Amino acid sequence: MAEAPLLDVKGLEAWYGESHVLHGIDFDVRKGEVVTLIGRNGAGKTTTLRSLIGVVGKRRGACSYKGADLLKVAPHKVARLGIGYVPEERGIFSSLTVLENLLFPPAWQAGGMAVDEIYGLFPNLKGRDSTSGTRLSGGEQQMLAIGRILRTGADFILLDEPTEGIAPVIIEEIGAALRILKDRGMTIILVEQNLRFAASIADRHYVLDQGKVVDEISNNALDANMDRLNRYLGV
Amino acid sequence: MTDIFGVPIVVLLGQLLLGLINGSFYALLSLGLAIIFGMLNVINFAHGAFYMLGGFAAWLLLSALGIGYWETLIAAPLMVGALGAVVERLFLKRLYRVDHLYSLLLTFGIALMLEGLFRHVYGAAGKPYPIPPSLTGGINLGFMFLPMYRAWVIVASLAVCIATWLAIERTKLGAYLRAATENPGLVQAFGINVPFMLTATYAFCVGLAGFAGALAAPLYQVSPGMGSSVIIVVFAVVVIGGMGSIGGAIVTALALGIIEGLTKTFYPAASSIAVFVVMVLVILIRPSGLFSREA
Repeated sequence: MAEAPLLDVKGLEAWYGESHVLHGIDFDVRKGEVVTLIGRNGAGKTTTLRSLIGVVGKRRGACSYKGADLLKVAPHKVARLGIGYVPEERGIFSSLTVLENLLFPPAWQAGGMAVDEIYGLFPNLKGRDSTSGTRLSGGEQQMLAIGRILRTGADFILLDEPTEGIAPVIIEEIGAALRILKDRGMTIILVEQNLRFAASIADRHYVLDQGKVVDEISNNALDANMDRLNRYLGV
Repeated sequence: MTDIFGVPIVVLLGQLLLGLINGSFYALLSLGLAIIFGMLNVINFAHGAFYMLGGFAAWLLLSALGIGYWETLIAAPLMVGALGAVVERLFLKRLYRVDHLYSLLLTFGIALMLEGLFRHVYGAAGKPYPIPPSLTGGINLGFMFLPMYRAWVIVASLAVCIATWLAIERTKLGAYLRAATENPGLVQAFGINVPFMLTATYAFCVGLAGFAGALAAPLYQVSPGMGSSVIIVVFAVVVIGGMGSIGGAIVTALALGIIEGLTKTFYPAASSIAVFVVMVLVILIRPSGLFSREA
């Protein structure tokens, strides 16, 4: 690889209060790549994402991104670097309507999608403007959570388990949307338990276990390494 | 002369007006208290002390610096709000992660210290503050005489309350605030400076209390105890309206002011407990408050 990685994480440690959750995570993401973090529940996947944007307690290590160390950036300034976060619980605000949720995050970078474009990507959201955000189905809330990030001009998206508890039909639609975003040059970190879904869009997979990266598998080599992977995941 | 249940209508209207004025102060104070509770999860026992500070700021600005009423109405809330910002930055923000009780005790302590400090320096006696010349006199409404200053208090506090309510319910900034109460971490992840927003919210709400104190100065005397005598009723208002309900706090405050006024007319002995009787009834029937969303 000639180009330096867009995100380079070295020795990332994190704590929730007293409990030491990440014990030195190393991975990198190149521009335009889709990289997944896979692993069992409690392996530290979500915490890794949350550490990048600064919503955990204490952090140590280095996360260089576009020349800055994310660990030294104030939590409210991370979004201004073009990083968009889609949390596992989706985080749709119940006191706001669908449109208000969509318009909620400020646009920090040029090149964000227009509302109509987002509706083009996720037609389910169209015509639901004045519905309360949390009245949508789980899958639609997921679309809304991704859609509102696209408006902000973010070009680096942290996606936490977008398929969890969602109907297969909607999973396919979300997958299709993510492939479109990838073709547009977005960089994505995907936390995922659903291997088939992950394999359908990712370039590389990092396997996490007990707060560490224990393996890296390229998507092409996924089938050949299925046994190894299943052992990690305890399937 | 027309009577209602043996009470002359003029007396009744007079008490209603007094009730409405008290209600206006309750509204300004309970509004800030409700916002602080809703957004910061803090039960701000220092609210009465900040109200007292507003009154003293007005009195000191006039007696020491000769600054007049209208300038004071701007300056006093700013001064009190600035002090509030310092309190939030230095102390309160360290307590958001722990139980409510800590911030309650902290603010209660601050209230006691401020009140004690002012009693020590200025004595317990009330300080008079003249009604500004432009608001002396009154209007004869035919059935009663309406003093100008009292009319102004009602108008000014209602205007401030409604403006605050609109700002929170109808603007983008208000949407940030409401969303930050639901999920502060995520709002921060979207690039919004939540800690600053919380400081500003506390400063603003405490500034509202300062505004109420300055507004009250010509009506009641300025004294160190003026805050603690009103704050208990204001807490009752917030409990009745529903903790964290902003519109509810305003409506409840005015209604309770009027209920207090009516009690004074028909059964004066009960006037000081009327608010608490209502509170007990509301807690029995609708424990989360009249206007709370979750009930």
